[in-house]
Amino acid sequence: MEKFTSHTGIGVPLRQSNVDTDQIIPAVFLKRITRTGFEDALFASWRKDEQFILNQEPFNQGSVLVAGPDFGTGSSREHAVWALKDYGFRAVLSSRFADIFRGNSGKQGLLAAVVAQDDVELIWKELENHPGTQITVDLESKTVTCGNLVAPFEIDDYTRWRLLEGLDDIGLTLQREADIAAYEGQRPSFKPTTLPARG
Amino acid sequence: MGRTLAEKVWDAHVVRKGEDGQPDLLYIDLHLVHEVTSPQAFEGLRLAGRPLRRPDLTIATEDHNTPTLDIDKPIADPTSRTQIETLRANCKEFGVRLHSLGDKEQGIVHVVGPQLGLTQPGLTIVCGDSHTSTHGAFGALAMGIGTSEVEHVMATQTLPLKPFKTMAITVEGTLKPGVSSKDIILAVIAKIGTGGGQGYVLEYRGSAIRALSMEARMTICNMSIEAGARAGMVAPDETTYEFMKGRPHAPQGAEWDTAVEYWNTLHTDEDAVFDAEVFLDADELEPFVTWGTNPGQGVSLSEAVPDPDSFGDENSKSAARRALQYMDLAPGTAMKDIRVDTVFLGSCTNSRLEDLRAAADIVRGRQKDPNVRMLVVPGSARVRLEAEAEGLDRVFKEFGAEWRFAGCSMCLGMNPDQLAPGERCASTSNRNFEGRQGKGGRTHLVSPVVAAATAIRGTLSSPSDLEPIPAATSAA
Repeated sequence: MEKFTSHTGIGVPLRQSNVDTDQIIPAVFLKRITRTGFEDALFASWRKDEQFILNQEPFNQGSVLVAGPDFGTGSSREHAVWALKDYGFRAVLSSRFADIFRGNSGKQGLLAAVVAQDDVELIWKELENHPGTQITVDLESKTVTCGNLVAPFEIDDYTRWRLLEGLDDIGLTLQREADIAAYEGQRPSFKPTTLPARG
Repeated sequence: MGRTLAEKVWDAHVVRKGEDGQPDLLYIDLHLVHEVTSPQAFEGLRLAGRPLRRPDLTIATEDHNTPTLDIDKPIADPTSRTQIETLRANCKEFGVRLHSLGDKEQGIVHVVGPQLGLTQPGLTIVCGDSHTSTHGAFGALAMGIGTSEVEHVMATQTLPLKPFKTMAITVEGTLKPGVSSKDIILAVIAKIGTGGGQGYVLEYRGSAIRALSMEARMTICNMSIEAGARAGMVAPDETTYEFMKGRPHAPQGAEWDTAVEYWNTLHTDEDAVFDAEVFLDADELEPFVTWGTNPGQGVSLSEAVPDPDSFGDENSKSAARRALQYMDLAPGTAMKDIRVDTVFLGSCTNSRLEDLRAAADIVRGRQKDPNVRMLVVPGSARVRLEAEAEGLDRVFKEFGAEWRFAGCSMCLGMNPDQLAPGERCASTSNRNFEGRQGKGGRTHLVSPVVAAATAIRGTLSSPSDLEPIPAATSAA
């Protein structure tokens, strides 16, 4: 995974709560079997509306999305994270993320930064009054800078460490092979197996 | 201090305790796989040259993309076909058991696990699908995961996880006739909100939950994710064991007795403390229905579409305004005056035999509103066969509904079963998001009996709104 230390880019105000993953990427785009090439799928329904924020200069070049509470609810589709990344987003700010979306982001190097709603409101105003304003998201100091505002954000320490180091989860876990094998050795025999199939 | 059910299952699966704020490494007992969220994970294994660690703890089925008509013909949509064919090739290469379209165990992954007896109390169960929470009805810790985690489980049979908080949802009392577990969970979500369960495992308890069948408990646990919770659980009891006994992969003989002895320990201790508690009175509950575009935007069926200005904060107000615009509804409209075009009975929430029976009991001997189309999509091929053995297919067909083959179908419209733009649907599924059932489609989430009554009257209706069946018809 690519390392994430700090990122600066154009902020995009998305004044909406409960942005579910069906909006981030509609199900019709989930039929692909690749992990990349989803930039056209991001917010596909909303992008048909000319007024949608990503259809406006300079927001269409944005890389830091600033959304209302409960971002990424619903489906577990990691495609939502892939689509955001493929479009060019490196960070999403919201006062509350759905658990699975936040987990998926952490695995893919997309920073899901929890920012207080009051600060989100201030950032929205700044971005709307001064379109093209750049936001700096600094993972070392856990701060967001937008115009004169410097706000703290929250992220769990483990995800932060993995993002800073660019570490691959599977590689880390495979170092625990002995622990896994030991656990398997003492699993009760009444636990089910899928093979051989019984019918 | 005592432990909650969730904590007991968690503790029993810790492979290695996390130090210094690191997550625990948890063992995964059962990994369910389907065609949509797995191809990139299999590809990841291949690229890294890693084997799939435990094919014997993994099972796959085809559900999201599969057509519900003409299943003996090649899948018409080439991208859907490719995804299904990719799953078949991957399962073959990595030795994973697969139930393909046409197989009697094929169906929605969350219907298949329980019907095979693979879903058992005390297990950790994961799947690249958020509705994996369904399996918590058996007292399993079951959660949806993303594709990176799917690959992680394939490679290691474990997941690094941060401990959850626990929330008790206590439902006491007796449900009125015509009120079901779907109404319980819709009311819970309306009460705590779509983010209210975030970071928690929910445990459903109380006399009203104890009185529910396994199918009804699955409906409740299924929609835990709609309250933001990753998992929902019900402690196992005799109802659980009765459901499991004799299923293909349930323990047998002496193993069954050993298992039951263990399962009987899987309940929250009297002195355990939950991080949060919510109470609901089952006696007061009415059939529930959504008016908006997230599952928390619901009211009792006897109420009206709310006024956005009645909501507390500015975010909820603007969300309600936006939702009403999308749904083409005016504040103050009685929910029962809302006319629908389509009724969908299906999805991992409500497509089990009991759901089909409940709906069939309402429509039997009655006429469908001629302007409404109704799709009945059993959750699995086996559910379809069992329903046909009872003659339910004939009941639905005589009523004028379409009797389809098993799959996720119109819940998310990845197959041809979709709403047209502007079309309005009463749906027994789990999400009323914008465009979820088809671009521009409008969804009202309902229970199976409300779906059935709505198909008769053409407007959102509860069974109590129906005229009695004329004597001549009911005697037949």
